[in-house]
Amino acid sequence: MNAFRGFVLKEFYHILRDRRTLVILFGMPVIQLVLFGFAIRNEVNDVRVLLVDPSGDYVTQAIKSEVLASPYFEGVGHQTREIGIERTFQKGRAKEAIIFEPDFAHRLAHEGVARVQVLTDASDPNTANTILAYTTSILQDYRRRLASGPPGGVRIVPEVRMRYNPELKSVFLFVPGLIALILMLVCALMTSITITREKETGTMEVLLVSPLKPAQIIVGKVIPYLVISLAIVSVILTLARAVFQVPMRGSLTLLMLECLLFIACALSLGILISTRSRTQQTAMMVSLSGLLLPTVILSGFIFPVSSMPVPLQMVSHIVPAKWFLIIVRGLMIKGVSFADIWQETLVLAGMTLFFLAVSVRNFNDRLA
Amino acid sequence: MRTILFLLQKEFLQIFRNRAMLPIIFVMPLIQLLVLSFAATFEVKNTTVSLIDEDGSTTSRRLVEHFEASGYFTVVHRTFSTAEADAAMQRGDVRMILHIPPDFERDLRLTGTAPVQLILDAQDGAAAGVVQAYAARILTAYSRDVRVDFVVPPPDPVAQPVIDVVFSHWYNPDLNYQFYMVPGILVLLVTMIGTFLSSMNVVREKEIGTIEQLNVTPIRKRDFIIGKLVPFWILALVELSAGLVVAKVVFHVPMLGNLWLVYGLTGVYLVGMLGLGLWISTITETQQQAMFISWFIMVVFILMSGLFTPIESMPGWAQKLTLLNPIAYFIEIMRRVLLKGAGFWDVQAQFWALVTFAVILVTLAVRQYHKVSA
Repeated sequence: MNAFRGFVLKEFYHILRDRRTLVILFGMPVIQLVLFGFAIRNEVNDVRVLLVDPSGDYVTQAIKSEVLASPYFEGVGHQTREIGIERTFQKGRAKEAIIFEPDFAHRLAHEGVARVQVLTDASDPNTANTILAYTTSILQDYRRRLASGPPGGVRIVPEVRMRYNPELKSVFLFVPGLIALILMLVCALMTSITITREKETGTMEVLLVSPLKPAQIIVGKVIPYLVISLAIVSVILTLARAVFQVPMRGSLTLLMLECLLFIACALSLGILISTRSRTQQTAMMVSLSGLLLPTVILSGFIFPVSSMPVPLQMVSHIVPAKWFLIIVRGLMIKGVSFADIWQETLVLAGMTLFFLAVSVRNFNDRLA
Repeated sequence: MRTILFLLQKEFLQIFRNRAMLPIIFVMPLIQLLVLSFAATFEVKNTTVSLIDEDGSTTSRRLVEHFEASGYFTVVHRTFSTAEADAAMQRGDVRMILHIPPDFERDLRLTGTAPVQLILDAQDGAAAGVVQAYAARILTAYSRDVRVDFVVPPPDPVAQPVIDVVFSHWYNPDLNYQFYMVPGILVLLVTMIGTFLSSMNVVREKEIGTIEQLNVTPIRKRDFIIGKLVPFWILALVELSAGLVVAKVVFHVPMLGNLWLVYGLTGVYLVGMLGLGLWISTITETQQQAMFISWFIMVVFILMSGLFTPIESMPGWAQKLTLLNPIAYFIEIMRRVLLKGAGFWDVQAQFWALVTFAVILVTLAVRQYHKVSA
């Protein structure tokens, strides 16, 4: 047992001595939180718009000033003739062009209809769609104010309530994903690389002939990363709470237990990868493309799983992070109890057992 | 010159000898391109709905039919109790609750206006916003239909003037999200190959100890660095070609611009990114460190590149930071050249930015690399 303690201590020294990696391990979640919290927005703002107004009368002036006053638009140019729009789009100077027809005010007053042409640069379809909606609503609001007399027709008024996240902050969505990502990174990637490194540099043989049992070597390698990842999770949770006011509506103890389960799952994946790969490079590329990318892409971290094509939704079922995200979001944002998430927990536990069994078998075959 | 050829031969041998890495270098990126392009969408489809229809009239039923016919909503749960609907949302079974109050039809007929309540699961704020917009569009369209049913007279044209909005979406009339994502993901693939592999390469020689052997040979520093960079430069361009074929064949991405221009610009961009990788590998001691630092830089660059979220939406300070991000420039270039057919003169500013990055990063790497190990 004493030898084992010494071994764990040695591993800790290894990690603590490597200042650069340590700084990154703790700095990365912080920087990502800050980016997701302050810099990265899904909504569309300050779209550069080109106004083409051959008419130049009081109505078009009024509409133009409303467009420019809204937070969604930023004027980049104003011209009276419809030329050079293609070039403007290709140069990326504007993403939308609003073109009024000549004699706008006159037609509106006498014929009751005036035409506006809206061109969008739909190479970014989401933005195109959103800014078209903004433009239309500005024009319709203006029209409604012009109208006199009672409005015709019927109107169904939607009363919308945004549950769990009334201010629609994107950081609510990202914090759970960030926890999953960092845990995968530290537990699976770092573990797989350290163990493979011993193999690559040949020191694994030295360890194996030492009085330590193979299982102890693996456990000793894993413990420091477990401690570090728990520390990182606490840092993320504290920051999320203190700086971004992400709620913690469910039980914190349960959340920590679920984190431990996910850490166990990630560690067993890391061991599995390290038993199968001979060089650090292989271990790293397998972890990157086999674990981290699915965690980012297929877990619902950024992109909603329900919008994906069915085959990908199937694949997402075998991504552990997907289940972990449902659990963490439920606990933090929705405040669910264990009764609502026991199925997800069971899936995660099952996966962990499976990976652990496979890696133990592999390990016995290949190392000892 | 002959030295460089031998070095290149050695590097290629090393790359192709590592059987485990080959599929990762050549197959993984294409799988990623396929998966990412299908998965990376902010479109919101299949919103599951819990319906509380307390009115139960023809009008309310037709409204629900409108919701379901839109293709965006599926009613999976019907109830008369708000508590049950809330529980369904809490479990995560539904993402929206549509609550039609009693007397919906009567109010609409008599007063011309009636409320419906939409409760959205807003954990994903952006998606909730999109769902709300869809719902609002459906309600507006339905109001128009109902007017015909109820024989409400149409409004008087002069008292109620109309601004007719005609729109067209250029370059991507069907608003296909993949057209937008695929060029960006191509950038990602090329970047990963360039930066990750080159950053781990020299460190590997250091870790195994073979760097000493290289240091005592009469290879000149310049030759050494060229020998390290060129193989990955070629690999990344091969990767780009494969990616472009997939983009064309699988995703039918329109390629309006000149492909030679794409290759030329990629070549310049890669020099910069390879320089970055090499620089990382000269300042680190283990592959783990090298990989970690490149991963860190990549994540920040990618998040701030406008790949997933528009740069215009960022606050001012963050937009200024993107000026220092080579990936942001290159994604902009790829999208403009491929999707909009921009020529060299349209992307000139970005081109010079890439050249500047290449010069700075390669200089840094060359200055940092010493033939004497400390």
